[in-house]
Amino acid sequence: MNVTLNDRLERLREFARPDQVFGFMVPAQSPVDVRHGPILYLEDVSVSFDGFRAINQLNLTIDDGELRCIIGPNGAGKTTMMDIITGKTRPDSGQVWFGSRHNLLTLDEPQIANLGIGRKFQKPTVFEALDVTENLELAMAGDRRVWKTLLASLDHEGRSRIDEVLETIGLTVARYRLAGVLSHGQKQWLEIGMLLMQRPRLLLVDEPVAGMTEPEMHRTAELLTRLAGQQSVVVVEHDMGFVRSIARQVTVLHQGSVLAEGTMDEVASDPRVIEVYLGGDEEAA
Amino acid sequence: MTLTDNLGRGDRSRQAFLSRSTLLTSLVLIVGMLAVLILNALPDSNALHVSGATVALLGKYFTYMLLALAVDLIWGYLGILSLGHGAFFALGGYAMGLYLNAQTSPLHGWQSIMTYFPVAALAILLAPGLLALVFGWLAFRSRVTGVYFSIITQALTFALMLAFNRNEMGMGGSTGLTRFYELLGFSLSSEGMTVALFTASGMAVLLAFWLCRAITVSRLGRVSMATRDAEARVRFIGYRVDHVKLALFVVSAMIAGVAGALYVPQVGIINPSTFAPLFSIEVVVWVALGGRATLYGALLGALAVNYLKTVLTGAMPDAWLFILGGLFVVVTMLLPQGIAGLISKWRGRQEASA
Repeated sequence: MNVTLNDRLERLREFARPDQVFGFMVPAQSPVDVRHGPILYLEDVSVSFDGFRAINQLNLTIDDGELRCIIGPNGAGKTTMMDIITGKTRPDSGQVWFGSRHNLLTLDEPQIANLGIGRKFQKPTVFEALDVTENLELAMAGDRRVWKTLLASLDHEGRSRIDEVLETIGLTVARYRLAGVLSHGQKQWLEIGMLLMQRPRLLLVDEPVAGMTEPEMHRTAELLTRLAGQQSVVVVEHDMGFVRSIARQVTVLHQGSVLAEGTMDEVASDPRVIEVYLGGDEEAA
Repeated sequence: MTLTDNLGRGDRSRQAFLSRSTLLTSLVLIVGMLAVLILNALPDSNALHVSGATVALLGKYFTYMLLALAVDLIWGYLGILSLGHGAFFALGGYAMGLYLNAQTSPLHGWQSIMTYFPVAALAILLAPGLLALVFGWLAFRSRVTGVYFSIITQALTFALMLAFNRNEMGMGGSTGLTRFYELLGFSLSSEGMTVALFTASGMAVLLAFWLCRAITVSRLGRVSMATRDAEARVRFIGYRVDHVKLALFVVSAMIAGVAGALYVPQVGIINPSTFAPLFSIEVVVWVALGGRATLYGALLGALAVNYLKTVLTGAMPDAWLFILGGLFVVVTMLLPQGIAGLISKWRGRQEASA
């Protein structure tokens, strides 16, 4: 009896501690904790669609600040993997953690995005009816609740942040163009710019150079290498030349699980990789 | 500025509340309203006198314009095609109808609370608002979009039509609510009341226009346009698309409710035919004809089509539906942006040649 009363008192004291706010007032989205390991951690993830195993016991870890390239033949599960990380697809089994604090399987797309995972689609998706500046403004980190969005206005800080990103992606001259009239390459950069406005901790980039010209490709490579270090970047790409130019660590996916991992040279000399992917591809290229 | 500089340049006025089109639209509304009021005040013998019947007709057009605005807010700017907005209009109308009935004969049961004007005014906003909230919450949470959403809005308004047709609902069954005599203590049949209702409707259009304009130029407006064009992208940059949709849907339903409430005393009846799916589809045709995603286009479309309807149903009643259908086909094929698109194209040509 006495003990329980003490317990209750203790709980009450804990609740009303003067040196901190009430527990229920602490924002649920606490910063990502990477002190105890990688920023992204996938363990034994499997998902199947109508019996087809798109992802098969996939294990993957991405360290903080790393630039990782993921390659693999068509149907290897690259895009499905991104869908799982960003909350679009729920895996049948396995675990996905962002830092050591956030279980991504319990969150939906906007929550995951607000935690700091940005995603670039395979096909460039920008808001075509809005101009370049407005596209960046919408992506800018901030309060995304309806009422706050209604009353939001662009302050000085936001404006200079937009200028900064415009400079980085080289679209300063096109700032008032409608996104719909940009060239394919410019749209890709605008989308990367939108990711930068989000200030993500982790960037997932799906085929950034598909359909780009050679100079555009060089610029994109430069852009992505500059990002790594400040952010962790995961690039899914088909173009081997491009991967070779940016990658430090390469992961090869095959039939929904990791086939090989290492530097580009290690991976390229792995006989299994050559068999399923590189050999055929290089010959074709 | 050279022509190439201008190519593909966004319309910056989209970000400013006071753009040329906002000012012009407000001015036309205010001047038009004042002109009608002045012409109505002229003595009957004057050739320019506008009769009370015409004022009542114009007041009815105003309520249609309000409804068109509500549909354009969510269809034009958010990409949600509601084919059931007549339901919200009718709910606002029934709330007003109950209040008007209560003026002369006591209501029974729960309806007796509608005797008080503040309660009725609240119900005019809350009945459509709550329905939109519940319906929208269920639909948007389950990510029902596009044509599927349009179909269930049709089902919604059809179901409500069947429900209101039943006498057990206490809403007058298939006859609906009628026999309105007084509003706020004044006789509904007086010319002064006609003018007052016309003015109130005109003011409501003006206020709703400003409200919609304020929403569409805000960042929320840009998020909604982004949602219309690339919903998944909006979700991946962290906006709760379902909340944005729900908020605008509820606002739109409330505007439609106010429109219905202003419509009822001017027309003198509200019955289940207002819930008919066909009416809701007609509203969408007004907006399409006027020009989607431009607020003044919606106003223009509602006015133009309803004026045509008044004229043509008098001249050749059998042909009206064919003409409406034909007009819709022609506009969709030749003028996908509606009348507003024609205007902006013409203005662009003027600027280019200047």
